[in-house]
Amino acid sequence: MISFSQVRKSYRGGHEALAELSFSIETGELVFITGRSGAGKSTLLKLIPAIERPTSGTVLVNGQNIGSMRRPAIPYLRRNLGLIFQDQKLLYDRSVFDNVMLPLAFTGHAHKEAARRARAALDKVGLLAREKANPITLSGGEQQRLCIARAVVNRPSILLADEPTASLDSASAAEVMEMFRSFNQVGVTVLIATHDEALVQRLNPRVLVLKQGRLES
Amino acid sequence: MSTWLRQHWQTFSLTLARLAGNPLATLLNVMVIGVALALPLGGYMLLQNLGSVTRQVTGNPQVSLFLAPEAGKADVAAIEARLRQMPGVRAVRFISREQALAGLKRSENMAEVIAALQSNPLPDAFVVEAGGSAAELEKMEPELKALPKVAHVQLDSAWVKRLETLVALGRTAVLILATLLAFGLVAVTFNTIRLQILTQKDEIEVSKLIGATDAFIRRPFFYLGFIQGTLGALAALAIVYLCMLILNRSILALAQLYGSDFRLGFFGFPDCLALLTFAAMLGWLGAYMSVSRHLADIEPR
Repeated sequence: MISFSQVRKSYRGGHEALAELSFSIETGELVFITGRSGAGKSTLLKLIPAIERPTSGTVLVNGQNIGSMRRPAIPYLRRNLGLIFQDQKLLYDRSVFDNVMLPLAFTGHAHKEAARRARAALDKVGLLAREKANPITLSGGEQQRLCIARAVVNRPSILLADEPTASLDSASAAEVMEMFRSFNQVGVTVLIATHDEALVQRLNPRVLVLKQGRLES
Repeated sequence: MSTWLRQHWQTFSLTLARLAGNPLATLLNVMVIGVALALPLGGYMLLQNLGSVTRQVTGNPQVSLFLAPEAGKADVAAIEARLRQMPGVRAVRFISREQALAGLKRSENMAEVIAALQSNPLPDAFVVEAGGSAAELEKMEPELKALPKVAHVQLDSAWVKRLETLVALGRTAVLILATLLAFGLVAVTFNTIRLQILTQKDEIEVSKLIGATDAFIRRPFFYLGFIQGTLGALAALAIVYLCMLILNRSILALAQLYGSDFRLGFFGFPDCLALLTFAAMLGWLGAYMSVSRHLADIEPR
């Protein structure tokens, strides 16, 4: 469960990214956040894994208050979240397989179990055949699917994706969206920021529209 | 517990693999540390050997008593009796003038000189060994001088004292050098770790974002510093050992000329272990400083 109440986020220099934001998302929901660039979509997503902290107001994730969370507790919060970044953040110095293994390195799984989980995640996104490849050799759609595999390998209860289809052609974008939907169908809460209105309309989900840091209803 | 051990083992083997994956850089770093440590270590080895030589010599501080020429058999017996009663005296050895002359004749180049002499110019002598230090022997000097028919008392402690002072000076020099180069080791590790952190900037950032604890991110760098320090110390031991082998060839040849089989000895196991521990800790310290300083800079936004 994610709940924002009266959340305001302003950056140094006075730029106000989010203002008086209140909403809540129930477990198992699929929610889109739309709005033009600069509307505060990325900031909203960054508040949930405590990459940013709210200036005022309360952000609750699974009952934990993010604003007052102490630094040492943050990694454990993040392990329960699947993050898909706008700039992907794949590591090009290692194989596709090792990219997916990264989140398992610090959760203390035995190598065998970790490898099994990584392959399962790669299989889910259809990249098992490419596990030895370097991510740089993958197509845009494949790279995005690799990001998804890395995000879900720890079986998070919440999946957050920032513009996951921004650089994809419509076929790949549809594929990626279908993946999110299938994760949602097995009970994962999915939160996607996008400005791709056409895609949103086709799925007909709940949509939060941001405009200058406020919700439009 | 097993998870904890496994994580440490994984980090350890990953660090070794990283070092092996970049052999040239690893070799250069290890050599820099090795050479830096070899300097004070080599000095320490030489001092230890010198120290053991001095201890051999000063282990039995001696004093020589030369008797007046007119001293007779009775005087000799009286003096010997007095000497044996003195506290601190461990052994008394009488060398008669005839024995001294015979001894001289045996030594090279002296036979001719002695043959040219008409009479024996050497006095009777006592060699007294004291149990205590050279300083204690010095305190006995006036008492020995006051003995009847004793013409001259010669302490052999003066040059021993000079040698001891020199060794002490050498120790101070080695200590200063070791301190400076320990800083050097920390600095080298600091810099290596800084570069390594920069190289792995992306990995660190992603790891932080997906839930790695600070401890997990720091651990491989601690291992890197630790392993690098240890390898550097091993390199230093190897360098000093090689130098010792080379030096010993010449030293043995020189020592044989003096009828000795002296050669440089290497450190024992405890000393080697101490060095390895010390270097590993310095490497760890350099890594700790570097990690504290540079890892905070990589905060995901």
